[in-house]
Amino acid sequence: MMQEARRRVAIGFLTAPAYLWLTVTVLLPLSAMLFFSFLTVAPIGGREAQLTTEQYLTFIDKDFYRTLTWRSLRLGFDVTLLCVLIGYPAALGLAKHVRGRWREAIFLLIVLPFWSNALVRTFSWTMVLREGGFLDRIIHWFSPDAPPFSILFTYPAILLGLVHSFLPYVILTCYISLEAIDDSLLEAARSLGANALQMFARVMLPLSLPGLLAGVILTFIPVIGSFMEPRILGGRAGIMLGTVIEDQFTTVFNWPRGAALSFIMLGIVLLIFAASAPLLRGRLKGL
Amino acid sequence: MRGFGIWAIRLYLALLLLFLYLPIAVMVLLAFNQSPLYELPIVWDTVWFQSLAHNDRLIRAGLNSVGLALANTAIATALGTMTAIAFARYSFRGKALLELLLFPPITIPWLIIGTSMLIFFFWIGIGRGLHAMLLGHVALSLPYVIMVVGARLKGHGSALEEAAATLGASPWQAFWRVSLPVMAPGVVAASLFAFAVSFDQFVISYFLAPPGVSTLPVEIYAAIRKGFTPEINAISTIIILVSMGLMLLFARLYRFGGER
Repeated sequence: MMQEARRRVAIGFLTAPAYLWLTVTVLLPLSAMLFFSFLTVAPIGGREAQLTTEQYLTFIDKDFYRTLTWRSLRLGFDVTLLCVLIGYPAALGLAKHVRGRWREAIFLLIVLPFWSNALVRTFSWTMVLREGGFLDRIIHWFSPDAPPFSILFTYPAILLGLVHSFLPYVILTCYISLEAIDDSLLEAARSLGANALQMFARVMLPLSLPGLLAGVILTFIPVIGSFMEPRILGGRAGIMLGTVIEDQFTTVFNWPRGAALSFIMLGIVLLIFAASAPLLRGRLKGL
Repeated sequence: MRGFGIWAIRLYLALLLLFLYLPIAVMVLLAFNQSPLYELPIVWDTVWFQSLAHNDRLIRAGLNSVGLALANTAIATALGTMTAIAFARYSFRGKALLELLLFPPITIPWLIIGTSMLIFFFWIGIGRGLHAMLLGHVALSLPYVIMVVGARLKGHGSALEEAAATLGASPWQAFWRVSLPVMAPGVVAASLFAFAVSFDQFVISYFLAPPGVSTLPVEIYAAIRKGFTPEINAISTIIILVSMGLMLLFARLYRFGGER
């Protein structure tokens, strides 16, 4: 009995500080935000607030917010699709056809930018895409008479910046599950008469699906919540659900509206997680 | 695979790396260009780095960033390591739930986390400022620290500690002389990671920054929205070198995807 009690004290002592911290910084704030989303005004500075469902009703009533949500989902879809189309083949090539030190070096070079500053990387794209920027120079070098070229502040610019941000993540998750596939399975498939396409469709793809899915979800969710990239690279073309939420908190100061929009976004995120939970179970830890 | 296929793969990977590094390289090169309007050809000059030395706002923001990252590293590493030890050494009811609770801070978009912190901290009187940012940064760093240290502990069971105990070591001695050296590489890697998480963190800091107090990323975001100047390139160059350097160190200590 004594030992059991000491064990419990030890577990409590070791875990309580971290979880107390997470409670104050994540769980309670999310609860507070849910509460605020049902208020007429933020109850700060002595203002009287009433309970209301107005913030959510506005979302349903106004086409503006639905269009925004749709734009954000569309952005998430486009970025994720591009990342998979570009990233999966790269992970496959790296995991199965590059060996030794080269493989380690290239893998490190691919994931290194992902863990570096996102804001700085987004800024660096403005140097490439703006009028008089790197792309503009290249084009004029080849054809001096071409009109000035700039795709900064357009939808493709946002796509480029976000694909650049999340491509390493998709490659990382795909690579980890592709690399774990035993080569002898491929040998077996080959000796049983499978051609390259069959080997890919019947062996590689199914076995790497969990990694691919993890990459898809962990790209899609942050992208629909992004606001800094659409703001810097998209300008007026970059109005998304994320940038409108940012505005509610930094310029419009309609916190209850912002809270409601945030919770609608969170609801979308949770739906995505719930739909993919069976496929992802136990896979996230490896990352 | 035959020769042609191999070369196609190599070419593809080379193009991919070009795509990943080209904008960063362009940005860094332009930091060393004399022209304030980014005119070419590049006239080599460190004038923008020199002007950083006289920019009090940026220097203060830089000191805030470093101080915040150091405090975050100390707290997150300590609390995270404790939790990782509990997870590795004990199995108890509710452990699965506790592990599940690590996911919200890293999977919910930072925009939502940041705005909810703003609401809550304002509401209960914590307010905005460096202390509020520290609260937020530690929350984001904890899951990573717990995972990184946990992976190290998983690779090294408790057999060594039991051996030490059998040989007459007290629990403290066993911890300091056996457990800590075993998990040290994991703890160092985790602390580097925690430093980088905080140093690069923009979204949480942005929402919790009161007027007049900022960190480097917050300051850069404000500057970009006003207009591009090579000074932003210079400070960005410094930041990207620091964060990539930290990650290279991290990668040396802790192999991505666990030890092979």
